[in-house]
Amino acid sequence: MKDIKVLGSGCPTCQKTADLVKAEADRLGVAITLEKITDYAAIAGYGIAATPGVVIDGKVVHAGGLPKAADVDGWLRG
Amino acid sequence: MSTCCSKEAAPAITASCCGEAATVVACGCGTADAASPGVSPARWLIATALGAALWIAIYPQLEPFAEWLVALTPVDRQSQLGDALAFVLYDLPKVMMLLVAIVFATGFLRSYFSVENTRRLLAGKREGIGNVAAATLGVATPFCSCSAVPLFLGFVSAGVPLGVTFSFLIAAPMVNEVALGLLFALVGWQVALTYLAFGLSIAVLSGLILGKLRLEGWLQPWVRDVRMGITALPDHRLTLADRLEAGWSSVKEIVAKVWLWVALGIGVGALIHGYVPTELLIAIMGKDAWWSVPAAVVIGIPMYAGASTILPIIEALIAKGAALGTVLAFMMAVIALSLPEMIILKKVLTVKLIAVFVGIVGLGILAVGYLFNLLFV
Repeated sequence: MKDIKVLGSGCPTCQKTADLVKAEADRLGVAITLEKITDYAAIAGYGIAATPGVVIDGKVVHAGGLPKAADVDGWLRG
Repeated sequence: MSTCCSKEAAPAITASCCGEAATVVACGCGTADAASPGVSPARWLIATALGAALWIAIYPQLEPFAEWLVALTPVDRQSQLGDALAFVLYDLPKVMMLLVAIVFATGFLRSYFSVENTRRLLAGKREGIGNVAAATLGVATPFCSCSAVPLFLGFVSAGVPLGVTFSFLIAAPMVNEVALGLLFALVGWQVALTYLAFGLSIAVLSGLILGKLRLEGWLQPWVRDVRMGITALPDHRLTLADRLEAGWSSVKEIVAKVWLWVALGIGVGALIHGYVPTELLIAIMGKDAWWSVPAAVVIGIPMYAGASTILPIIEALIAKGAALGTVLAFMMAVIALSLPEMIILKKVLTVKLIAVFVGIVGLGILAVGYLFNLLFV
């Protein structure tokens, strides 16, 4: 079970990022818990200055812009 | 910065970037598509070269082609309708082709920059040199206003002075790459260059003034207590093919979103071109109407439209004899300051601070409008 957090204010790109992560996890058959963090102070706590951000099992793997599907696959498999 | 993707900002006003409808804005908000991994770099190079060659071959043919099309219709070329029609048939493909080229180049070049690197670069800088660096990086860094608040927190907590942060936040929308490219192609390089220089100057000076005012106390109270975490993002080495792909992704994303807005801008431009009496326009927006510069700024500030919508309108206004400074002041006010952006910034800035921010930038735009009118006769 991978614990995934998508950081962002709730903008459309953040939503797309969350959808992408979920779709790729379903496709690969990886079990995940997906949580969206929208609180700015909490986002700052992860140390990123660009959103959306992606955190997997407590580790920041992405900040700023929609990630590529290929990258998401890599994080889910890793 | 582009005004975009904020939930709080009413979609009707924003009509913007990362979301549904949209104005221009090469914002970094989504420069990626399901990429097929392992496309060979050579293929990207060849495709780009072919695309560029095709572009160069087609572009000069647009005007004769438009004239030929107008001649096919029963409309008299010399009539008002003929004028408007020719404007649409020539400008629509022209602006779209320019947009593709500009967005591609911007997407490619911006892949060399990131918010995280910019923050690191600015963290150690003093005011002065820091403001210049921030303004320049504000133009180059891919960034959209959905990231404005995290960016603000990230900068301030990394020790970037408040005034330097403002220089970045002002320059990002003020010097818009699409506006710059279209001005260059539609109006002339002198005007484009002056716009770049003046836009950067406003960002540097406004940031310096805001820094000197020591307004740290006017941030929202919680901002001072934010503790920024420390994180090291995995190092992402981009190949040339990745960067070309980034350019292409932004073309696909942005052009698909803005073509309708471009068409709208060209439609308005065509109406002005064909139907607005020249004398009337000169009376309202000509050099002698001194009050038109402040009026343009005041009307432009709450409005938000992307550069690709506003530029065809500007082209038509200038062709009709409107004063360049007045028109550019309007453009800068529309794209640099907008209501949705202020609503987003209200999360971190108090209303007092936003008012000072808007006031200083607005005065800067006003000054630029008058200066332009003096410089370009």
